[in-house]
Amino acid sequence: MQYPKELFVRLTEKDVQAEIIRPSITYWQDAWRRLKKNPVAMISLIFIVFLLLVALFGPYFSPYSYSDQDFDRQNQGPSIEHPFGTDSLGRDQLVRVMYGARISLSVGFVASLTTFIIGVIYGGISGYAGGRVDNIMMRIVDILYSIPFLLWVIMLMVLFREIFPATGGGAGLYSIFIALGLVFWLPMARIVRGQILSLKEQEFALAAQTIGAPKWKILFRHLIPNAMGPIIVTATLSIPEAIFSEAFLSFIGLGVSAPMASWGMLASDALSSLRSFPHLLMFPALAISVTLLAFNFLGDGLQDALDPRMRK
Amino acid sequence: MRKFTFTVLILLIGMTLLIGGCSGDDGTTDGGDAMVFRYNVGTEPETMDPHLSTGIPEATIMLQIYEGLTRLNEDGLPEMALAESVDVSDDSMVYTFHLRDGLVWSNGESLTAEDFEKSWKRALSPELAADYAYMLWYIKGAEAYNSGEGSVDDVMVKALDEKTLEVTLEAPTSFFESLVAFKTYYPLYQPAIEADPEGWHTSADTIVGNGPFKLVSWEQGKMEFVPNDNYYDAEAVVLDRMVFSMVENESTELTMFETGEIDMTHTVPGQEIPRLEETGELHILPYLGTYYYIFQIEESPMDDVNVRKALTLAIDREAIVNNVTQGGQLPAYAYVPYGIPEPDGVDFREKGGDFFSYDIEEAQSLLAEAGYPGGEGFPSVEILYNTSEMHKMIAEAIQEMWKQNLGIENVTLTNQEWGVYLDTRDEGAFQIARAGWIGDYLDPYTFLDMWMTGSGNNNSRFSNEEYDSLLKDVRMTDDEVARMEMMHRLEEILMEEMPVCPIYYYTDPIMIKDHVKGYVNIATGGKDFKAAYIEQ
Amino acid sequence: MLGYLIRRLLSAIFAIWVVITVTFIFMHLIPGGPFQTEKAIPEAIKENIEARYKLDQPLHIQYLDYLGNVVRGDLGPSYKYRGQTVNDIISERFPVSLQLGLLTFVIAIVLGMGAGIVAALYQGRMPDYITMFFSTVGISVPSFILGTLLMYVFAFRLGLLPAAMWGTPQHVIMPAVALAGLPTAFIARLTRSSMLDVLNQDYMRTALAKGLSRLRIIWVHAVKNAIIPVITYSGPLLAAILTGSFIVENIFAVPGLGKHFVTSIYNRDYTVILGLTIFYSILLIGLNMFVDFAYTLIDPRIKLTGGKE
Repeated sequence: MQYPKELFVRLTEKDVQAEIIRPSITYWQDAWRRLKKNPVAMISLIFIVFLLLVALFGPYFSPYSYSDQDFDRQNQGPSIEHPFGTDSLGRDQLVRVMYGARISLSVGFVASLTTFIIGVIYGGISGYAGGRVDNIMMRIVDILYSIPFLLWVIMLMVLFREIFPATGGGAGLYSIFIALGLVFWLPMARIVRGQILSLKEQEFALAAQTIGAPKWKILFRHLIPNAMGPIIVTATLSIPEAIFSEAFLSFIGLGVSAPMASWGMLASDALSSLRSFPHLLMFPALAISVTLLAFNFLGDGLQDALDPRMRK
Repeated sequence: MRKFTFTVLILLIGMTLLIGGCSGDDGTTDGGDAMVFRYNVGTEPETMDPHLSTGIPEATIMLQIYEGLTRLNEDGLPEMALAESVDVSDDSMVYTFHLRDGLVWSNGESLTAEDFEKSWKRALSPELAADYAYMLWYIKGAEAYNSGEGSVDDVMVKALDEKTLEVTLEAPTSFFESLVAFKTYYPLYQPAIEADPEGWHTSADTIVGNGPFKLVSWEQGKMEFVPNDNYYDAEAVVLDRMVFSMVENESTELTMFETGEIDMTHTVPGQEIPRLEETGELHILPYLGTYYYIFQIEESPMDDVNVRKALTLAIDREAIVNNVTQGGQLPAYAYVPYGIPEPDGVDFREKGGDFFSYDIEEAQSLLAEAGYPGGEGFPSVEILYNTSEMHKMIAEAIQEMWKQNLGIENVTLTNQEWGVYLDTRDEGAFQIARAGWIGDYLDPYTFLDMWMTGSGNNNSRFSNEEYDSLLKDVRMTDDEVARMEMMHRLEEILMEEMPVCPIYYYTDPIMIKDHVKGYVNIATGGKDFKAAYIEQ
Repeated sequence: MLGYLIRRLLSAIFAIWVVITVTFIFMHLIPGGPFQTEKAIPEAIKENIEARYKLDQPLHIQYLDYLGNVVRGDLGPSYKYRGQTVNDIISERFPVSLQLGLLTFVIAIVLGMGAGIVAALYQGRMPDYITMFFSTVGISVPSFILGTLLMYVFAFRLGLLPAAMWGTPQHVIMPAVALAGLPTAFIARLTRSSMLDVLNQDYMRTALAKGLSRLRIIWVHAVKNAIIPVITYSGPLLAAILTGSFIVENIFAVPGLGKHFVTSIYNRDYTVILGLTIFYSILLIGLNMFVDFAYTLIDPRIKLTGGKE
């Protein structure tokens, strides 16, 4: 069949613009737009920003430093002078909690970020490739899971003492980041891989494959967004785990050295005097819980916002 | 859906009932008026072989089921036990112990001097490889045999007959009678060891003892003892039963004490002490030991004695014991702790007196003399301690004191896991390190000999010719008075050179129910419940 | 499938060998040794001890000897707990951890999945908020705080349960709850979010439109699919809790295996470190293999063999 040439008109760029009714926005812009409509998530986000500001600038407004001791005011309960009370060496608990926020928040951020990035990519590739590649990649995960974490930590501690003798082996937060970065992505990798194994056999993935979409595009554009729920839940779990692992690592001798202390450290130190001075546990524990609550609500909001099916 | 949640709920309730419902006998309550004593020994024993064991919990357990030639009393002094009497030769080199009549093991077999000879030689055998074998090195020929250089036949311990044991020493050892109360000197029931050389001590069924109690069960973190009817002094034993638990967590232990699940704890959480003092059940028992910091004196700035002294003098020890440790510890202004009596009955420490005091001005001028007036230009130094909440608090307090009193700003704190910490200390890769020493026996020598040049425990790398030669003299003399004089001089040298900065003398704060009576605390470690009873 | 199974087993054995080797190298690299004490013991005695445990031999000989013994099922003697072998320690303490761990696992799965399903079905309503609040608290309160608080309330204040120790059913309750807290909360959140993923999918709407009963849809599709991440998590979770938790065992004085995972490293008790690591890695790798097979049972479309091979 023949069509007359006149029926075909070349479209100009301008016409194309006019054809599309909805402005083209990216996946991420869309997600942000939807997140803004979620009040609980936004309150959480604002709280987290506020917390960051307090952690960064709060200590400068306090008349005390985190190390100022005063044996005349040991273990006092909350008062106007010391809103969070004082600890066993008579130090102001409020300023210590503010300093602690710096450590705990950065540890939480870094841990969830590495968990997210390494875990998702590794697990995604393993699950999508399947077969032999999957077998090898997952055995590596098993091996990393099996080697005792404490051995890693002591190795790192010794290594850091060799490399940075001046810092006494603690080597600040970097050593904590490395220690956590080594193992924290493992659960994420397994979760993502499990999801991908199942998702890649579903109709939409097969459809994408049939139309010849490149593999990486199928994985990162189609499969991983569909697994966002479990991914975000796992990433938010890694925050409290990181905060408490940090306390344990500091206790063993990695990380920032005393008298600076993180939330986890403040909480675990307070445990042995819980009966006599419950306020020492209450404030750091409260700080951790409220922060996590905020992160979780934000996480839930993000999950809804990032869910491709919710996209309109 | 509602159906589903309902099912889950029912399941859960059912499970709780099942668990809660089938309550059994928890084994700690006895019917009638049996007198039961429950103690928390604090940890699972590493081994129940007295010759191999090294720890204090083990020492306490062994004290109940074994006994040596002597037994230590409340003051830490030896009293005749399995031995009825002892003859000492004029040169103090030969001890002849006479055993009591009719001694038997807990299984009724007779216990003879030969058991002692065999047991001591076993403890020394290189194949057994016992850590504490060196506690027997005072015996002639013991070190050579233990080191694989001599023969077992040259170890000078001999059973002259069934009831007489003759021991020849390398040198006069004034505290030998206390030494034979130590667990490495216990006699062991040879047939049990021969039957199962490796595992004889791993089960209550195969352990044969000779002490006031016998072990009847050991499982799942709990040990039970009953009086040993075959014990020669069985009338002195009042308790009907003892239960030792092995709870390591201090807070848990305290809760168990407060809920009445145990009668005596092995320690208390330091921060709870002020509250516990009000209950009247907190007891501060003596413990022969010193908590101190050591300086690695080979490197600058710690190679300067004035720096070491300045740092030592600038520590407010009263504040540390009253506000930080809070367990009735005594501030240490010298090195050897209280609790060691001299031959004339006066305490070694009281006679020696204090060597320094808390003196900020003096400390400042010493620091200025060393070239750091007002702390200016003082290089950054590091305090090393092993992982523990208490060590951390003490280090934090001292860091602040040096800052306030001396103007030293850059003191960093480093904590290390135990094994790494020991290694760092051994290698001397530190500037200031926390350390402590608990006496092995009731004599200043146990504190002083470690500062000998090249001694494995001398992590400070301290070396002083006069000190070394005096130590040798102390070992060789049999004149008790002159010996004590020399040891005072040794301590003086130590405090002049200050390789060690004493902080406080240990105590042993524990919780004891008011109805527990008659227990004996041994200052070198361990508790003796032979004559303990519950007041009813 | 059989070929896959054999490959899988071989790779598991290889992985365990790598774990042994790396752990062996690590533990000898870190400072300290099993017989190092604060009170230094004389050199001669140290030599006796090293000779007794063959630690005086070159490392590669020790390594090969050890591998030989492991193949024969002998994990060697403990250096710290003299008189006990590693096999003794495991056989004595594993049953305790097994009891506690299984109970914990059942609590976590039943309660966690139950709460997650309820939350997903009532998304955005009260039951959802309540469950999510408690599960957030659950993941932010670690076992050492939860355990301490439980003991304070139930043993000290109320006197309902024994504070610690082991031996009767009452002794199991608090440690199990303390251990189950975090996994329960996590499983609840995991279940909720993957349920929501499924419930919002087109085929669910189709199924509903076709008039299939709501309960049937939930069972057949939503729960079945939501179970995959939970199963993934269960593998490592079960391996971890069956081998005991150091913290919870310490708080409640439970004579389980968890203590030795930590103290063996502090003590540099080489044989115990290696023995427990092997024990754990066998459990973990075995359970993960099981998890993979469970995937194929739940969703027959899942292929482990990589399809075109």
